[in-house]
Amino acid sequence: MRTVALTDPRDQKPPQRVTLTPEQLRARSRRNIAIGVSIALLVVLFYLVTIAKLGPGIFNRPL
Amino acid sequence: MSMSENFDRTEHGAPNGAAVAAKPFPDAPLVSLAEPGDYIALLKPRVMSLVVFTALAGILLAPGPVHPVIAFASLLAIAVGAGASGALNMWFDADIDAVMTRTKSRPIPSGKIAPNEALAFGLTLSVFSVFTLGIVANWLAAALLAFTIFFYAVVYTMWLKRSTPQNIVIGGAAGAIPPVIGYAAMTGDVSLASVVLFAIIFIWTPPHFWALALVKCGEYGRAGIPMMPNVKGADRTRTEILLYTLVLAPVGMLPWLMGFASAVYGGVSALGGAGMIWLAMQVYRKREGATADRTAMQLFGFSILYLFALFAVIVAERGLARVLA
Repeated sequence: MRTVALTDPRDQKPPQRVTLTPEQLRARSRRNIAIGVSIALLVVLFYLVTIAKLGPGIFNRPL
Repeated sequence: MSMSENFDRTEHGAPNGAAVAAKPFPDAPLVSLAEPGDYIALLKPRVMSLVVFTALAGILLAPGPVHPVIAFASLLAIAVGAGASGALNMWFDADIDAVMTRTKSRPIPSGKIAPNEALAFGLTLSVFSVFTLGIVANWLAAALLAFTIFFYAVVYTMWLKRSTPQNIVIGGAAGAIPPVIGYAAMTGDVSLASVVLFAIIFIWTPPHFWALALVKCGEYGRAGIPMMPNVKGADRTRTEILLYTLVLAPVGMLPWLMGFASAVYGGVSALGGAGMIWLAMQVYRKREGATADRTAMQLFGFSILYLFALFAVIVAERGLARVLA
């Protein structure tokens, strides 16, 4: 019969984590803001393009 | 032996060889410190601005009404597509960018952005810009944009640039096509007028780049790029600059001669063409020392002004006609 060795969870090492420096955090924050702004502008652009392409016909659909 | 035989491939797929030391730029840090500005630099904003300007001329050449939102979105997609091909170019050329003064501070050779990040960025924007142009405008324009990205990133960057001194002559087609894409985006068609604008940029490219290459010949040689001056010699380059300029001047006047630009354009193109020929003759005559370099840089600078002036007149008069209509 196959046996499984049980280990006490208290013996396990905590997972290794990377602690970001303030400079890294700032750079990440700026990148995230840039991505957010780009996506927001794209949403507005696609909305305007939809209105421009469909015009008044945007409401002309079967319910 | 062709220049390309001097190169082998690294694990990144970037060329590497005798002329360029193994990975001549630092690794990007594991946790990125890249700023949004570094990603914008990957898009070659100065090239993008030229693309926007020439594509706008193509858009305004289109007959009939042009919806401003559709025109703006199309222009944006064309600009992003051009930027994406710039990012792919920087990914592939990082090794030679690192050894040239003009390019060594770019985001990859300076270690700000990892090569695979630039590759992912370029590919994502390429696909996104092509599909956006297809949905916003039409699929002919999208196909032309896709072809342009492929031509610049694969045919020019990966093949021609490192293998033949005719690299910028053939590769110039990628930089010349934006007016055709702009026109196609508005009409779903390609017209003779937009092809004439293509021809102007296409014929303008060799004297423009070779004037710079005459001065930067040593740098291109160290980076292993076969430009006309370091393969065929400075004298042959000067002759070719003059010949291309003699063709460029009359081709630059075609929009007026064919009737799709005004007499103002005719005057500007005639004066600009005469200036280009005069400077090309000076470059042909002055072959030694600092004077030769200075004259070549004058031609390089004036060529930018010349092309800008031609397209500025077209954009201004076509734009004005639409506003007043």
